[in-house]
Amino acid sequence: MAKNTAEILRVNHLKKYFSVPAGMLHAVDDISFTIDNGKTLGVVGESGCGKSTMGRAILRLHEPTSGEVYFQGKDVLSLEKQGMKQLRRDMQIIFQDPYASLNPRMTVSEAIAAPLLVQKIYSRKDKAQIEKRVREIMNLVGLANRLINTYPHELDGGRRQRIGIARALALNPKFIVCDEPVSALDVSIQAQILNLMADLQDELGLTYLFITHDLSVVKYVSDDILVMYLGQMVEKAPSEKLFKKPMHPYTQALLSAIPIPDPDLPMNRITMKGELTSPVNPGIGCRFAKRCPFAKDECSQQEMVLTEEEPGHFVTCLRVQRGEI
Amino acid sequence: MSELLLDIKDLSIIYSTEDGVVRALNKANLQLHKGESLGLVGETGAGKTTLARGIMRLIPNPPGKITNGEIIYEGKDLLKLKDKEMRQLRGRKISMIFQDPMTSLNPVMTAGDQIREVILTHDPGLSKKEGRKKAEDMLEMVGINASRYDDYPHQFSGGMKQRVVIAIALACNPTLLIADEPTTALDVTIQAQVLEMIHDLKEKNNTAMLLITHDLGVVAQNCDRVAIIYAGEIVEYGTLRQVYKNILHPYTEGLFGSVPSLDTTSKRLNAIDGMMPDPTQLPKGCKFADRCKFAEKRCLENEPELIERADGHKVRCFRYEQEG
Repeated sequence: MAKNTAEILRVNHLKKYFSVPAGMLHAVDDISFTIDNGKTLGVVGESGCGKSTMGRAILRLHEPTSGEVYFQGKDVLSLEKQGMKQLRRDMQIIFQDPYASLNPRMTVSEAIAAPLLVQKIYSRKDKAQIEKRVREIMNLVGLANRLINTYPHELDGGRRQRIGIARALALNPKFIVCDEPVSALDVSIQAQILNLMADLQDELGLTYLFITHDLSVVKYVSDDILVMYLGQMVEKAPSEKLFKKPMHPYTQALLSAIPIPDPDLPMNRITMKGELTSPVNPGIGCRFAKRCPFAKDECSQQEMVLTEEEPGHFVTCLRVQRGEI
Repeated sequence: MSELLLDIKDLSIIYSTEDGVVRALNKANLQLHKGESLGLVGETGAGKTTLARGIMRLIPNPPGKITNGEIIYEGKDLLKLKDKEMRQLRGRKISMIFQDPMTSLNPVMTAGDQIREVILTHDPGLSKKEGRKKAEDMLEMVGINASRYDDYPHQFSGGMKQRVVIAIALACNPTLLIADEPTTALDVTIQAQVLEMIHDLKEKNNTAMLLITHDLGVVAQNCDRVAIIYAGEIVEYGTLRQVYKNILHPYTEGLFGSVPSLDTTSKRLNAIDGMMPDPTQLPKGCKFADRCKFAEKRCLENEPELIERADGHKVRCFRYEQEG
């Protein structure tokens, strides 16, 4: 299949702050990137670093505080309600928890048909056509047709997540935010779903923003990887490059913490001090400085800037910029 | 080889539910030596937690029931102990770290008091003050400042809470620690810190550990031996190197194939098709037969035994029968 490598999504200086009693929570703080058509951008980071908030802000499920989002050249944030609804056909999301994201009182067919009815692709009277389309999508995601009238509680996690994927695909979208789609699943089921998502991407030419905390999964699915820490992007690079030559100390520590399933490969763990600090009123300076083994005074005294160290390899770290890595 | 600490023989556990009898654990056999770490790997519903709770005799009854087998701990069958004797063992000799630190701590009791509770229960001779001193030492040992003794669980982060849980489990220097997915709820960098700490404390006190997890990487970095459990049966058992370098059982192979590898670039995973059988209606023959690419007629009809090979590597599969 001919790959169209044109840019499909552009995010500029996206910010999402939440007002909390203690001040301003900087959930997503000045993130910019682009994704090309048919590619996967993986987003990794620890819980609470703002990965999911970012995914939702792009779809305006959280209204961004500031920034710009362009989808196929269209300014997403300036759209009115009607225009946004129209656009949602092309931009969909798969949620993390297949147990919580399905309506327990809707059957499989109702759940998959819902987006078709909401978007008025079919009217409620076109029962035969709706059923035909539902069956088509069920086949696509590998759900047996006999399950068409079952309820979510009758199904296991893997099948439920297939419904979540089916719902996202019902409208033939071009771009899907996948918010930890496999983290609630067992490894053998996780492998089935990851294979399915790769097949669908090839078949339908989908573009994914794949959010996960699992580094081996992200390496497997992504073309490019964006590493987040406390709302900020600390590094972005092509997948192979990032794993071969991580530059930011946080990325290095993160990669070194992955337990390798081979007894002959002992790990060289870089142990970080402490845990994620608070994203409320973070102040200036590198947010990782408190845990960074290489931090100097200047790291907490100036704003970090993103620099392109090698073609396609972006990083925000003074040490890298001084040329010490 | 060191002395045998725990020997589980033909342990079967069932749960009677409205939908029928759930055969959660079927004639499981497992050995654990003093000071050794054994990784128990399996997927959700394979019976990992049931086995752990069985050892602690914490199976809720009803609906659960231990129907068969022996759990020999230091020469004694735990299943024959009186409740009072078992209570004295729990927390002192055998302790458990539960999966979710968010729900296994008491929210209305300070972290320090929860540690002291264990210490005073098993050493009633100590005064409250001495108990507090010991509890503070435990906090320091797991890397929490003793000044946080009077803090409540909600004031700690997830990783810190798990440290408190570990402090409670290790407070009485147990000889056996059962860790039920101790790091599943934690982020990878915190997981690394916690596992490192468990490892150091274990070495220091020569504690044996049964580490329950679904993460093959965690086992490779922390255990001496591995048991793979599927549908309530141990399907493979051996040293770390035996199981990781010479995979015998097709399910183990499938499990390894399902994990995205960090150093290959293949675009498809070797997933196992299908799902684990319903534990209320387990198949007659091999439990894995309908997902197995090597399955023959006899696999569907007869149940394979756990075969021990010459090097001590055990597997439950007909393919290795001839070798004996």
